[in-house]
Amino acid sequence: MASTTHDDQEYVDYIHESKGIWSWMTTLDHKRIGIMYLVTTMIFFTVAGFLAVALRLEHWTPQQTIMGADTYNKVFTLHGAIMVFLFIIPSIPGSLANFLLPLMIGAKDVAFPRLNLFSYYLYVIGAVMACWAILFGQGVDTGWTFYTPYSIKTGSSVVTVVFAVFIAGFSSILTGLNFIATIHKLRAPGMTFHRMPLFVWATYATSILQVLATPVIGITMVLLAMERILKIGIFDAKLGGDPILFQHFFWFYSHPAVYIMILPGMGIISELIPVFSRKPIFGYRAIAYSSLAIAAISFLVWGHHMFVSGQSDLSNFIFSLLTVLVAVPTAIKIFNWTSTLYKGSIRLTTPMLYALGFVFLFSIGGLTGLFLAALSVDVHLTETYFIVAHFHYVMMGGTVMAMLGGFHYWWPKMFGRMVPEGPSRIGWFFVFTGFNVVFLPQFWLGSHGMPRRYYNLR
Amino acid sequence: MWLFLVTEVMLFGGLFVAYIIFRNLYPEMYHEAHHHLNKVMGAINTIVLIFSSWTMATAVGMAQRNEPKKSFRYMAVTIVCACVFLVIKFFEYEHKFHEGLLPGGYFDAAKNGLTHPKADLFFSLYFMMTGLHGLHVLVGMSLIVWVMWRTKRGDFNSHYYTPVEMSGLYWHLVDLIWIYLFPLLYLIG
Repeated sequence: MASTTHDDQEYVDYIHESKGIWSWMTTLDHKRIGIMYLVTTMIFFTVAGFLAVALRLEHWTPQQTIMGADTYNKVFTLHGAIMVFLFIIPSIPGSLANFLLPLMIGAKDVAFPRLNLFSYYLYVIGAVMACWAILFGQGVDTGWTFYTPYSIKTGSSVVTVVFAVFIAGFSSILTGLNFIATIHKLRAPGMTFHRMPLFVWATYATSILQVLATPVIGITMVLLAMERILKIGIFDAKLGGDPILFQHFFWFYSHPAVYIMILPGMGIISELIPVFSRKPIFGYRAIAYSSLAIAAISFLVWGHHMFVSGQSDLSNFIFSLLTVLVAVPTAIKIFNWTSTLYKGSIRLTTPMLYALGFVFLFSIGGLTGLFLAALSVDVHLTETYFIVAHFHYVMMGGTVMAMLGGFHYWWPKMFGRMVPEGPSRIGWFFVFTGFNVVFLPQFWLGSHGMPRRYYNLR
Repeated sequence: MWLFLVTEVMLFGGLFVAYIIFRNLYPEMYHEAHHHLNKVMGAINTIVLIFSSWTMATAVGMAQRNEPKKSFRYMAVTIVCACVFLVIKFFEYEHKFHEGLLPGGYFDAAKNGLTHPKADLFFSLYFMMTGLHGLHVLVGMSLIVWVMWRTKRGDFNSHYYTPVEMSGLYWHLVDLIWIYLFPLLYLIG
């Protein structure tokens, strides 16, 4: 990090050690790559955030407010696809984990620095392709799930976006691979697995998911593109295929992907809470292994996205049961965090406020997940705003809160200056209340039957 | 590297799952359609690939034992085998195109006399699986050529031969996938 060859030489940090855009573009330093991920994911977060504002504005009045049905479909698809594939999945692993993981285990860099830069560029290429489809193509109106058969028939630029997802997926695989190799091979002497910081454990579990689940979405996306280009018919009932198979493939990735999103957030919280309670973490091993347990179970629950798709009652029952099992390791984490808080001397700094916000919102998100795992309730709530509220509580209230907390906490480490406490707390207040004002009512709306993805409610 | 191979297995895993599902749904169709694949060509290709796996393994062994020249020669043989494989594959594909045995929408039953209404699905899977495999053959070939170039330059010795070993591993995976594809597509029924 610093060049300390001579005592009189001035300390040079990683940001100033070389200048110019080119030195950033070709850097192999995990810290700089982390910063590049940070900037890029934040750009997409902002873009998708404005799309969300547009969606809410449309619902300002019950009739058409600012856009028609087709535009609305495209806007919510882009909001979802960008948020999921270009923001949440690469955000914490790309930025914070890239920056912190080698520092936390005492390594000089990640195991394959070139691969690290390469996966960043893959991500950028995927992002550019997606933007291309949006700006110069037809856009996409399938929803971020690209469900067949509609995604085969629609006239929009599905193929481009699907390949963008494929490429961004490879970036995710390579990042995961890199982290696993780093954790296994480059720990400093004495840094045993059971001494690793919990954020590293969480990243490890995330990486396993990235490596094992992402190829499946890769092949699914290729098959979907081939379906459109060559009419291979695997997902098309007319040609003998099965559209439900697409759903199985899709969720086999996308359910573990949910944990790719939330596990790093849980890792951050496990770092923040002991620091600002001034107590060692309660139940270190339980938290570490519950990350792995969540990763393992997450491969076996994809069917809970498909309770109303016509799969057999038996598989519905099994998937429902397995889904409820996920609550166990998750609750282990929540209880360990609250036990850490117990009798601690708590300081309500900004990172801690975000951490507490996380525990609060994520508990709501997690518990409403149990409602949805229950078969009879799910049938009533499917495709309503209840689902929307649930996954926003998990993703926004969970991952984004944790990420913001992490940024505030590690900002001094990353940029060499403290975060001003006052404005940060005001920022937290708006994030927390604003989020609840938008999404809490959606639970009620959904349970009263308000359908999702309608632009016009009259 | 081993991890990367796992991701590759998962990538093909999706296709194998699709294969199994449709085979359960339409067993008689698979039976009828597989007669239209050329078993002899498939078998030759299997032998060629297994042989190339052996030459590649020997090449890695030679690199380990500080004999870059021999290693280079064995890798050259591997490349030749890969080319033979692709040429045979090309003739097979050409034959299929000729008979209208094409995926999904381009399938032409009038040209080949297949009666099962879902027979096109078999060829969708056939082309997807062998096509993706062919792509991997190409990637494997470029890896081996790159390693050959580095061997020529004298980069490897008995202490450092990781790229040779890794390319070898990749090549074995490509081979292994074919060994699964061959019975599943050609020898069923």
